[in-house]
Amino acid sequence: MKHQIVGDVASLPDAAFSHRTLIWWGVLGFILIEGTAFVLAGGSYFFLMNHTTPWPPHRVPPDLLIASCFTALLLLSEIPNVWTDRVAHAERLIPTRIGLAVMTLIGLALIVLRWFEFQHLNIKWDENAYGSIVWALLFLHTVHLLTDWVDTLVLTVFAFIHDLERTHYSDVADNCLYWHFVALAWLPIYGLLYWVPRMLK
Amino acid sequence: MSAALPREPGSAEIAALDAQLQRTWGTGRGLWERLATVDHKIVGRRYVITGFAFFVLAGVLALLMRTQLMKADHELISPDRYNQIFSMHGTTMMFLFAVPIMEAMAVYLVPLMCGTRNISFPRLNAYSYWVYLAGGVMVWIAFLLNVGPETGWFSYVPLAGPEYSAGKRTDFWAQMITFTEVAALAVAVELVATIMKQRAPGMTLARMPLFLWAMLVTSLMVIIAMPAVMLASSFLISDRLIGTHFYNPVEGGDALLWQHLFWFFGHPEVYIIFLPALGMVSSIVITFSRRTIFAYTLMVLALLATGLLAFGLWVHHMFATGLPRLGSSFYTAASMMIAIPSGVQIFSWIATMWDGKPRFQSPLLFVIGFIVIFVLGGLTGVMLAAVPLDLQVHDTYFVVAHFHYVLIGGAVFPLFGAFYYWFPKFTGRMLSERLGRWNFWLFFIGFNVAFFPMHILGLAGMPRRVYTYPSGLGWESLNLLSSLGAFLIGVSVVLFIINVMRSLRVGEPAGDNPWDAPTLEWAMSSPPPPYNFMHVPVVTGREALWQPGPRQVLEGLSPSHREVLCTTALAAEPDIRQPSATPSLWPLWAALATTVWFIGSIFDARAVVWGAFPLAVCLIGWLWPTHPEPFRERSPA
Amino acid sequence: MNAQRATGLRTVGAIALTLLLAACSGKQAALDPAADQAATIGSLWTLMLYVCGFMYLLVLIFLGNSLWRARHVLSAEPVIHGSQSTAEKPLRMALGGWFGLILVGLLVLSLGSFLIDRSLANARVDDALKIKITAAQWWWKVEYDAETADKRVVTANELRLPVGRPALLELQADDVIHSFWIPNLGGKQDLIPGRINSLLLTPRREGDYRGQCAEFCGLQHAKMAIDASVMKQSDFDTWQQQLAPAAAPSTPEQVRGHEIFMSGPCIACHQIVGTPAAGQTGPDLTHLASRRTIAAGARPYSFEALRDWLRDPQTIKPGNHMPQVQLSDSDLNALTSYLDSLK
Repeated sequence: MKHQIVGDVASLPDAAFSHRTLIWWGVLGFILIEGTAFVLAGGSYFFLMNHTTPWPPHRVPPDLLIASCFTALLLLSEIPNVWTDRVAHAERLIPTRIGLAVMTLIGLALIVLRWFEFQHLNIKWDENAYGSIVWALLFLHTVHLLTDWVDTLVLTVFAFIHDLERTHYSDVADNCLYWHFVALAWLPIYGLLYWVPRMLK
Repeated sequence: MSAALPREPGSAEIAALDAQLQRTWGTGRGLWERLATVDHKIVGRRYVITGFAFFVLAGVLALLMRTQLMKADHELISPDRYNQIFSMHGTTMMFLFAVPIMEAMAVYLVPLMCGTRNISFPRLNAYSYWVYLAGGVMVWIAFLLNVGPETGWFSYVPLAGPEYSAGKRTDFWAQMITFTEVAALAVAVELVATIMKQRAPGMTLARMPLFLWAMLVTSLMVIIAMPAVMLASSFLISDRLIGTHFYNPVEGGDALLWQHLFWFFGHPEVYIIFLPALGMVSSIVITFSRRTIFAYTLMVLALLATGLLAFGLWVHHMFATGLPRLGSSFYTAASMMIAIPSGVQIFSWIATMWDGKPRFQSPLLFVIGFIVIFVLGGLTGVMLAAVPLDLQVHDTYFVVAHFHYVLIGGAVFPLFGAFYYWFPKFTGRMLSERLGRWNFWLFFIGFNVAFFPMHILGLAGMPRRVYTYPSGLGWESLNLLSSLGAFLIGVSVVLFIINVMRSLRVGEPAGDNPWDAPTLEWAMSSPPPPYNFMHVPVVTGREALWQPGPRQVLEGLSPSHREVLCTTALAAEPDIRQPSATPSLWPLWAALATTVWFIGSIFDARAVVWGAFPLAVCLIGWLWPTHPEPFRERSPA
Repeated sequence: MNAQRATGLRTVGAIALTLLLAACSGKQAALDPAADQAATIGSLWTLMLYVCGFMYLLVLIFLGNSLWRARHVLSAEPVIHGSQSTAEKPLRMALGGWFGLILVGLLVLSLGSFLIDRSLANARVDDALKIKITAAQWWWKVEYDAETADKRVVTANELRLPVGRPALLELQADDVIHSFWIPNLGGKQDLIPGRINSLLLTPRREGDYRGQCAEFCGLQHAKMAIDASVMKQSDFDTWQQQLAPAAAPSTPEQVRGHEIFMSGPCIACHQIVGTPAAGQTGPDLTHLASRRTIAAGARPYSFEALRDWLRDPQTIKPGNHMPQVQLSDSDLNALTSYLDSLK
């Protein structure tokens, strides 16, 4: 069979942002997977709740203060996150480095807060099914927090010791996208763990 | 853009390009190179062979069970061993054979069919295979050491919980789930990205081969369904190992939570196995009828509808648990509705053959067998959707018959057809047609002899998952018949293996496109070169290779660096060039770290924490951003 | 040649018929109904069989026809523009018809299913006989009139029902999930720890039936049967009155057996009403010898079977929760005699 060359793709760019790249689709796929897991875990929370009154069985919901600080900081972190996304799209080296460094520090602060949040759930995972699902939800979110923080950290280190090319700026932008997910996924969990038991009272 | 276009490349140019691309994309013969390879064809081939090996192992278990059930009160196998055997049979067939082998075929075929040089995430792909292999080997070693799963492939709690399944048996089962689901999810993401972004220029959504559509829908289903079983099995293993109470009714847990989560995955799972098979059937029907598919758009809609409806039926596995009756009626309706897209597809295939010019070679024989068997299984499925009838036949041999008609008829027959169809592409040699016919007829007859009597057995009151049964209930002769049929299937599979072994050495050379098939995987030599396509193919119609005139291609991808072309998601217009990952041992190390992590946590819950560190190190090594040396020679200034 | 073929066909037909009959009759057969519920489901089955059989036949005819047409065709250029084929239009119309037929078929079937489900759910239960059934690994505890202590009757692995009177079974499980199923009487229902399910059966035909656990429940799931019989109301009343406290041992051998039972580990798990034995984890033995099977249907009841069982429960039903108790042959005979006297 004869081949006929009808065009040349060499002039196409070799890096781009968001949905034009493969990585973005991969990140989207994993967000979808993890989002489904969050939804199902939330569903399990309601399923168990429907079989137990009162809820929580020992009537003491988790403490609000630290979790609310965590939530506030997570929401505020969206400001530098959006900014980092923008400067990465603009391929500006120094602001991108700053943005990444700020996000790493915020992530670290959030992890510390999360550590204390676990201490103030007022229940252990092995006391009853309520305790189990509360720990499960918080654990699930913490895993995402940690993985994205490690990813941010790696990108930050890399950004400070190398010049960045467009493909790396694209990585930074994808990391910002994932952080949106981590932040967004937290809000319903926060509502479930801290406000649903209070509303049931 | 060069002014001399369009032009035909000379043979010297082709030879030079081939040599350069071989160097760029080839996998050497050394051990490390083999372990580090990220070639989707090599990984896909390993995946297929491993999956088939698990099929044979699970088949041997089936024969053991049929030997035990050949006679009433037969005491060949102890109840403890029998329960492990049927648990391993289901577990292996569902988690280690059916889903992986369908994804494996896709790992091999999808990039070829898309017209690209490698899968979207080649390292993730390699990692996926190693993790899958580790999970499968782990659970089989456990089984051989008498710590195999004992509570069925569905592991209902509380039977699978800490109180009634002591020891490590169920822990191995639960971690096997984690292994295989990680692998399956990784492949699903790769396939979605490959199909959305790496289709050849001109292959718009409306020109996508149905196999690609089927794999796209399947991958999306995997992404939505598999998290459910991972969550369920994580809850189970934490109930077992760190004392949580998700399923413990005494502490506010609920045994039905397991069933909801498991079947939310478990029912779509059936379609996850079945949809790729439909894609294979479409490919075979088109090629062997030598006609475009009848009602293409409806076929695509049918795939999408099946994918959607599949998530609305999980409760029909739970009709006997005492759910509210009104809710059950909804699931009856939803379960029956899935007959509509299936009916449309069956019609379209037969219509394509009716109006086409069928050639009755082995692949088409298996497709015809598929239609005869699958339709019967589909109809018994409609019966099972009716709550009252389900309450009679649920958990009996009627159901065993039903889902073997659906799964063997609906997936294994198309898969064997696909083996015969694509073997020439995989290996460059044809399978023997004579042995193929023997293979088919023995399988077809053996299958019906083995499984049709089970419908009657179920109506005659024989429950599933019994290691023995008393005489005097009228079950003996049917069980004997069924066992004989099972051995016939065994003979047929042995013939297939002989056929493969023989054909690998002395099979007739295949050439590029022995069946005169229309899709892009037949555009290059058989087996394909490491780089798949020398130039980027351009697609001008739905049946790419059947279009008249010379084949149009694009040049300009780097010959010296691994690079693939990304096109726009809908219209498939050339968009950007993207680097494709180079060979690496990190996926292997990461898979080993994952294995240590998962298995470690069976024996020590603290491993959940410390086990994550080696994996994190591997992942950082793997994903450490590289400084690309982009192909700049001909880039614009 | 033709005669031979006809004989062959007749043989095949005869075998097929025998096999079908095997499914349609028997004491554990769904299509041999002895109660309203099984009969109603049986009629749904018939509807399903006809509708689905018809659809299957259509598919086979179309498939056969398409293959038959292919005889003439040898090889030709592929058809790239299938939609321009002359057959496209009739095929589209046929597809439309097929689509409509599937819709109608599904409508008929789901409507049938729905109506039958409702009729089963709305059955009269006010004068129903209430029976509580508790499943455990691997036997059934059956309690009549569980609420009223003085009339309460406890037995194991057998269910006796008066003909014509609805029986409302309250289903529970102690350990893992089981499923209660007597095919001749009706569909199955799961017994789930932490939940209470119910099942209504209205027996219409006297006779002996057999049921079996239908949800995998561990090692001896295969040997967890229940012996059911549907009897005249008068016979049922007589049986219930007889289920008063156990008969006292009468022969010296039985007396010795009684002592062995009361002084051994047996009483930790078993109850014999009217004696100090009040264990609750194993089956009630008050009228053991009146049952037709032992060990939840593992063996037909006989003196010898019972003795074999007592000698070593782990051979007849390996893994069951009854431990082996070492007894001399004479003790074994005495114990068996005593238990055999518990009519």
